[in-house]
Amino acid sequence: MTRVHNLYWEAAQKLSRQKLVVICLGIIAVYILVAVLGGFNVLPDYQTRVGAQYEAPSLELAKLLGTDLFGRSVLYKILAGTKTAMLIGVLVTSISVPIGVILGALAGYYGGLVDVGIVWLYTVISSVPYILMVIAISYVIGKGLVAICLAMGLLGWVGLCRLIRSEVLKTRNLEYVAAAKVIGANDLQIIFSHILPNVIHLAIISASLQILGAIKSEVILTYIGVGIQDGASWGAMISDATGELVQGIWWPLAGVVLVMFLLIYSLNVVSDALRDALDPKLRGTTEVAEGDAQFEAQEAAVQKA
Amino acid sequence: MLGYIVRRLLYIIPTILGVAVIIFVLFNIAGEDPVRVALGQHATPQAIADLEAQWGLDQPLWKQFLDFLRQIVTFDYGESYFTGERLSEAFASGALVSLSLTLPPFVLGLVINIVIAMMIAYYRGTWIDRFSTAAAVISMSVSYLVYIIAMQYFLAYELEWFPINGYAPGWDAIPYLALPWLIIIVVSIGPDVRIYRTIFLNEMQANYVRTARAKGVSERGVLFTHILKNAMIPILTFTIVAVPFLILGAFLMERFFSIPGLGDLMISAINNGDFPVLKGMTMYITMTYAVFNLITDLLIAAVDPRVKLN
Repeated sequence: MTRVHNLYWEAAQKLSRQKLVVICLGIIAVYILVAVLGGFNVLPDYQTRVGAQYEAPSLELAKLLGTDLFGRSVLYKILAGTKTAMLIGVLVTSISVPIGVILGALAGYYGGLVDVGIVWLYTVISSVPYILMVIAISYVIGKGLVAICLAMGLLGWVGLCRLIRSEVLKTRNLEYVAAAKVIGANDLQIIFSHILPNVIHLAIISASLQILGAIKSEVILTYIGVGIQDGASWGAMISDATGELVQGIWWPLAGVVLVMFLLIYSLNVVSDALRDALDPKLRGTTEVAEGDAQFEAQEAAVQKA
Repeated sequence: MLGYIVRRLLYIIPTILGVAVIIFVLFNIAGEDPVRVALGQHATPQAIADLEAQWGLDQPLWKQFLDFLRQIVTFDYGESYFTGERLSEAFASGALVSLSLTLPPFVLGLVINIVIAMMIAYYRGTWIDRFSTAAAVISMSVSYLVYIIAMQYFLAYELEWFPINGYAPGWDAIPYLALPWLIIIVVSIGPDVRIYRTIFLNEMQANYVRTARAKGVSERGVLFTHILKNAMIPILTFTIVAVPFLILGAFLMERFFSIPGLGDLMISAINNGDFPVLKGMTMYITMTYAVFNLITDLLIAAVDPRVKLN
């Protein structure tokens, strides 16, 4: 266990030495705070009219980013949307990461039929167009926030599962696993207390990517009409803004794009830094770079959704 | 070799069965009811029963599923519930449109991004490298939707360099497709350059590079003759999985620019519960996906003598 502690302690120290990473962590903390405040209903109500229709940004707090079609504050709407975005990021990740870790570990450790079954399952999932599956599942559960989170979560584990599976495959024949067997540890003990601690950093890196991927996907899903049906969402704001832009009303779009960019950028920077810091092996060996490439492929797929 | 190919093709069967079950369950049992969509809320029970009989939806589910399996084997998914068009024809015309939207920027983007990544790898560790890596992360932090909205607004609406949307058949499509092509390439630069850079840097640490340098090959020579060849293997594995999906088009693009491709057809089929369309498209994608995976493995084995097929 000390080894694990050292790895994460060192990683934390490494992160805290990088200025940009610290700033980005601060930004993420602000978003979390806004989301929590939104959850406790202490933020100003975005449904209230604060002025006339389409007022341009001014220095008054409620009108800092102007007003929308109904004279509501764009800023308040964005703040309310922050809760939705963060909730989606956390929900999707807390579904997909455990599935990926557990199935990956089982497939890698047991091999044989278990492995065949799990590999079959993710081959099936990855050979159906992602967007079709997400829409279909969210229809089945009934459109809305929980539905798209479940849909994205149930589909989002494949990349991580592959990675964990191949890492566990390499790990299971190492001496320390054999040693654990000799002293009488059962399979579950070996998987959970001996193998997983050595591959769990992959889950942490993957989780940070999943959060930003989910937030980006929500915007697109909401745009095509399967995402958030009511309530404030950045996706809904962006799709409303398309028509407004032609009328010269740029501030709702500009506001939401800026706020979303800051969050996604910070998450991107932090997940990159996490990847650098958590690589237990020396940088530059092929194995590490292979993992790098896989994470970057995962990100590329997210970007092109 | 032949035995390997046959074995791999046989492996596709369980995958197809799995996809068939998922699609069948999602749309047939729990999805949108196409009869309701077609006839509206106030249909008479007689009309509903007639339409169900016409579409074969009155059959027991196991029979419908067997019918689906028969369709998979014969490649004939019948007609769309809503347009009445034969699906083979609808797919052929839609796929052509979708490919004309996605294939040119895919090929062009691949070349452009590899060139940029090689330049960055050549200048690794300098400000050029740091600047481009930072720029890549920034460009990846903007939503796809925003790229489309902004570029359509500025380049088509404000500057009038491109038509705002629309489509014309044949070569006349090019002016309409130019802006979507540009957007697809621009969006791909950030993530793709980053991953290619990682691949190149990874290759640069290989032993063969040290050997080449030691025997006096110039840095450029190493990059272009030795590294590029080896880096093409991971680059190909990364890119080729995207090829089957090219035919589906880019549904966001098709929506914003009113391009009649398969992507938009798929989204409206989901909304209407147009089951034959969905069955046909999904099965098509599943099979091409599996075949392309096989082709990738064969290609890799062909160019890399270290890889043994088994």
